Amino acid sequence: MRETTIENLSRRRFLQGSAGLTLGFCLPSLAVAASAGKSPVSTFEANAFLRIGSDNTVTVLSKHLEMGQGTYTGLATLLAEELDADWAQVRVEGAAADAKRYNNLFWGPSQGTGGSTAMANSWEQMRKAGAAGRAMLVSAAARQWQVPAGEIVVEAGKLSHPPSRRTASFGQLAEAAAQETVPAEIRLKDPKDFKLIGKTAKRRDSADKTNGTAKFTQDVQLPGMLVAVVAHPPQFGATVQSFDGSKTRAIKGVVDVVQIPQGIAVLARDTWSAKKGRDALVVQWDDSRAFKLGSDEIMARYKEMAKKPGLVARQEGDAAQAFVAPAKVVRASYDFPYLAHAAMEPMNCVVQLKADGCEVWNGEQFQTVDQGRIAQLFGLKPEQVNLNMLYAGGSFGRRASTHSDYVLEAAHIVKAINGRAPVKLVWMREDDMRGGYYRPLFHHALEAALDGSGKLLGWKHRLVGQSILTGSPFESVMVKNGIDHVSVEGAANLPYAIPNMLVDLHTPTDIGVPVLWWRSVGSSHTAFSTEAFLDEVAAAAGEDPLALRQELLAERPRYLAVLKLAAEKAGWGSKLKAGKAGERRGRGIAIHESFNSVVAQVAEVTVAKDGSLKVDRVVCAVDCGTAINPDNIRSQVEGGVGFALSAILHGEITLKEGRVEQGNFDGYAPLRINEMPKVEVHIVPSAAPPTGIGEPGVPPVAPAVANAIAAATGKRVHRLPIRPADLLA
Amino acid sequence: MIQLNINGQSVQLDVEPDTPLLWALRDSLQMTGTKYGCGQALCGACTVHVDGSPVRSCSMPVSAVVGRKVTTIEAVDAERVGKAVQAAWRKLDVVQCGYCQSGQIMSAVALLRQNRKPTDADIDAAMSGNLCRCATYVRIRAAIHEAARSLA
Repeated sequence: MRETTIENLSRRRFLQGSAGLTLGFCLPSLAVAASAGKSPVSTFEANAFLRIGSDNTVTVLSKHLEMGQGTYTGLATLLAEELDADWAQVRVEGAAADAKRYNNLFWGPSQGTGGSTAMANSWEQMRKAGAAGRAMLVSAAARQWQVPAGEIVVEAGKLSHPPSRRTASFGQLAEAAAQETVPAEIRLKDPKDFKLIGKTAKRRDSADKTNGTAKFTQDVQLPGMLVAVVAHPPQFGATVQSFDGSKTRAIKGVVDVVQIPQGIAVLARDTWSAKKGRDALVVQWDDSRAFKLGSDEIMARYKEMAKKPGLVARQEGDAAQAFVAPAKVVRASYDFPYLAHAAMEPMNCVVQLKADGCEVWNGEQFQTVDQGRIAQLFGLKPEQVNLNMLYAGGSFGRRASTHSDYVLEAAHIVKAINGRAPVKLVWMREDDMRGGYYRPLFHHALEAALDGSGKLLGWKHRLVGQSILTGSPFESVMVKNGIDHVSVEGAANLPYAIPNMLVDLHTPTDIGVPVLWWRSVGSSHTAFSTEAFLDEVAAAAGEDPLALRQELLAERPRYLAVLKLAAEKAGWGSKLKAGKAGERRGRGIAIHESFNSVVAQVAEVTVAKDGSLKVDRVVCAVDCGTAINPDNIRSQVEGGVGFALSAILHGEITLKEGRVEQGNFDGYAPLRINEMPKVEVHIVPSAAPPTGIGEPGVPPVAPAVANAIAAATGKRVHRLPIRPADLLA
Repeated sequence: MIQLNINGQSVQLDVEPDTPLLWALRDSLQMTGTKYGCGQALCGACTVHVDGSPVRSCSMPVSAVVGRKVTTIEAVDAERVGKAVQAAWRKLDVVQCGYCQSGQIMSAVALLRQNRKPTDADIDAAMSGNLCRCATYVRIRAAIHEAARSLA
């Protein structure tokens, strides 16, 4: 997912219009929840994002999914800052699906989480929600105490009036505050007065996630619920010809076997029985419309396509002229495989049809899209589909499905049994691994023209790969003149000052493998090709890789500051400690902007004689605007390094005759702790509005490592994942 | 009926003997802190203790744990090492998505029971069976050291 030019426009409007911004606040209200044996807790709903209970709890409603990236903590930090709440009294709940109140402000009228936008789009919205609540508490206190509002002090969840020595907690004033009107004008704090922003507010989900009580979709249990495990076709596009469910039905616990468009669903009282039932199915598949190519054949086709010009994504100066008689030409191509997200929690979804609508439990990343599709399937209005957003056990983009694939699969099963029971669809690991929606396979070809002094005169970059957005609900906004923005992001906006540039794209449309955004999207491949290639150019020009970047970024102070910080902290230019006998060591640098944040990384690697690679240390420098929670920024970048290394060292989904060859973590191996390098994260101080951090730590890792390998061995990496055979001494 | 000892309690379960302990815990006992990740003992998300040793409950049939003591994440804080590990995890904000962390904690507790002062290499060896797709490994290492310090 991405910010587009559209999003950037809407951001500008948001900032300009912020003085009198309508926040879409609902009217304040007082809800009373009484339960047997307990004294009733009344709740002051200040607005769509804030509830204060008479029990002194402050509940922040998160419109965004918490999938590990720290959103719940971050959004609550913003609100609590302006509310002047005590961090210990703050709780976070997932908000309902409601495109009117909870839309992503960068996405127009659509609710969803992605493109590292959660904090950036909520930066003012959540602070204003907190400030509005604070103002209402202050008015209530002023009225009750008969004192001027200006004399009331709010600190750490308490209001006080020092002259009269009166104090009250938020909880004590909650009922009275609900009677106040929403302030027309809201003033936000001067950043110098921040108490939570820029400090380290502890994660709000740490306790539940360390004692087993955190609720994921996988953990939902409802009365009468059936668990569904599905037999999916072995190739994309294949369908059911016939099936025999007699052996399945004989298994204890199995309740039903139904055909759905996605395959055959086995419903059982429990997961294990459903899985056994699914494995006992005998299905004849109709492969007449299946996609039957292998990934090697796909790559061979792409290499053919790359011989011809594609659609132009960027043109500067006259690239053709620059290549007419250059002193030197550097050429390289780079191959990228399909990658699975392989979140630890395989895809799953719970759907219950009710008399007046439909209830869904999901690690919900794309509320408005999923809500619309489910409503359509059941003939309901979108608002009749209630989405309960639970924690997601990772996503990395997978739960933001452009086609609502697994969510609709669950809904189809419920439809097939006429809604007679709630159903939890559970994908086994193999279903998840083979379920498609991969980071697309890509081929890149680059050429650089240098003059006699080694100066970079021309840059040509051709990309070949499937479009993620074509055919999605976002196509009209993000695919322009045949160019899918996310296919070329990071390549078409290359920041280097090169006088003549041409970036062009081929988008094959006859490849039947579903593709999707994978943490950092286009930048997951464009950062590698551009930054690894730049080092090849530097070598050809006889320049230091850091010095060349500084020269080409002379007009980009934000980049320069990030580069400088990374280089300094890593000791760029100092001698690396030698390895053991036969080991080759090297250091490499890369810088990349994604999701409006700039990250530079310096990797140190050791390559053994047999070509095996150890990444020892990665030093990261980050400019993501205002650092709302520095510890979470470090955490995201540390994790981003590990996520990227999984792909660099091992990650590859391959197809043979259209069948995905990997099924579990043996064939598709994520990084393990023994492969995790030391990671240092340094943050460039900034007062600018916050930009993304969930994804930007990922892109520079691969090129920094490849450049370090080249420094160690002289060998350039031209395909991922890195194969030890390519690095033999 | 199969009788098991889970977290010090005796429970009767109406499941087939080949049912993996994982699904008995999750679906029959509604103890959902133990997670499904791979079903093949490759990821460690389902790690529990059987007679004090870490095992992958997704690949352990209930019939194999009859007469043995099973401890899950829900009861790991009943003793000092478990408490220390959870506290260290919270102090350093190790978790991200959190899905693998029950298993990580069970493996870390088993390590610290055996080895009160593990080195990074000891940690890597003991924890390499537990995948974390968010790659919280830097903090897992630090938190195990932190827990070791607090137990010293």
